[in-house]
Amino acid sequence: MCLAIPVRITSIDDSIAEVELNGLRTKVDITLVPEVKPGDYVIIHAGLAIQRYDEEEAIKTIMLLKELSNCIEE
Amino acid sequence: MSLINFTDTTLAHKLLENINTIAQKLNSVTIMEVCGTHTMEIGRLSLRSLLSKNIKLVSGPGCPVCVTPGEIIDAAGMLARKKKVTVLSFGDMLRVPGNRTSLEDIQSKGGLIEAITSPLQAVKIAIKNPDINFIFIAAGFETTAPVVARSVILAYEKKVKNLSFLVSLRIIPPALDALISDKDLQISGFMLPGHVSAVIGLNAYKNLISRGKPAAVTGFEPLDIINGVYSIISMLAADRVDVVNSYTRVVREEGNPSALKLINDVFEPVDSLWRGIGMIPQSGLALREKYSSLDAMIRYSISIEAEKMPDGCACGDVLRGKIDPDKCKLFGKTCNPISPRGPCMVSTEGSCAAYFRYGGR
Repeated sequence: MCLAIPVRITSIDDSIAEVELNGLRTKVDITLVPEVKPGDYVIIHAGLAIQRYDEEEAIKTIMLLKELSNCIEE
Repeated sequence: MSLINFTDTTLAHKLLENINTIAQKLNSVTIMEVCGTHTMEIGRLSLRSLLSKNIKLVSGPGCPVCVTPGEIIDAAGMLARKKKVTVLSFGDMLRVPGNRTSLEDIQSKGGLIEAITSPLQAVKIAIKNPDINFIFIAAGFETTAPVVARSVILAYEKKVKNLSFLVSLRIIPPALDALISDKDLQISGFMLPGHVSAVIGLNAYKNLISRGKPAAVTGFEPLDIINGVYSIISMLAADRVDVVNSYTRVVREEGNPSALKLINDVFEPVDSLWRGIGMIPQSGLALREKYSSLDAMIRYSISIEAEKMPDGCACGDVLRGKIDPDKCKLFGKTCNPISPRGPCMVSTEGSCAAYFRYGGR
């Protein structure tokens, strides 16, 4: 029930953003993530953006997992 | 441009191999997740069968639908039968048996109940239909609390008189505390829910450190879940206790301060009943006095006191991770996804439904 998905913001009008997911467009409330701009990804739950999705952190996590997979702790 | 996938199978298998190597240093360990989406994903991936035998994954009370008191459902059902009243709810609540009956059942007998996907919709629906009284069943965890709070404020500001909220929101950290205090439970570490944590942040779990339980905030894609298990197993092997963030692309130390402020503006923490588990101090949210005119509990004089599980149903023990779902004597017999008896079988994210579907692998 806490399902929340990342979507990309295409445009912003005050506290409402138009977002895109796999070609589908819908509107979400972005009151709680005021710093976002078009092109950013946000995590939405039940029509409200609850957090910004950090693409740099996503890359870092993958890099870290690749590193982990190549070494085994003593 | 699209987002990175966290689904690389080769990488996943290498990481699992490492986890299993590290686990050789450990005695039996039990990792509990408290999120229905984790429950489902662990089943879908057959993750249990890929992990070393001494790592046990159990599901805790991570499904809001499953822990919503039967009395809330009964109260909503009673309201739905009134004239000029429509109950609005997230869809997965409809099949859950209350103490008396389910909302779906009442719907089939003419009760007006509509499934919607957001309480923000409820505000719009109420404004469009001023002659009908609407009640939204606001069940959920911290992930859902902000959108309910936002809807309450919108209804308040727009002076919407024909909408009220039947609030049954629960918060996770007090539930973890209660689980740790349960002497019958031996949980080695926790896989923490990623989207609850997107709102409340890592800081909300600091209590786990003083209680000696390593934990990892975990996302929902296959590599995320493996990453979470990796973090917890590594800490257990190193005898280290910390709350680590394995979902950094979404979760921050401080959570979402705007969301936390919004929740705090609209709700206050209250002692709350978790179905099958019982009362947990300060584990729920109730509307603050300022918004009492929008409180369905007050408007319709509803009180939540007792709870009753269907005869023979062991959801309470399942929700605490005390027994595997198939140890309940109703499991797969009189209680199955087609005709569920207990709440854990109803919701697709319930421990029993996931176990039935994926066979506990």
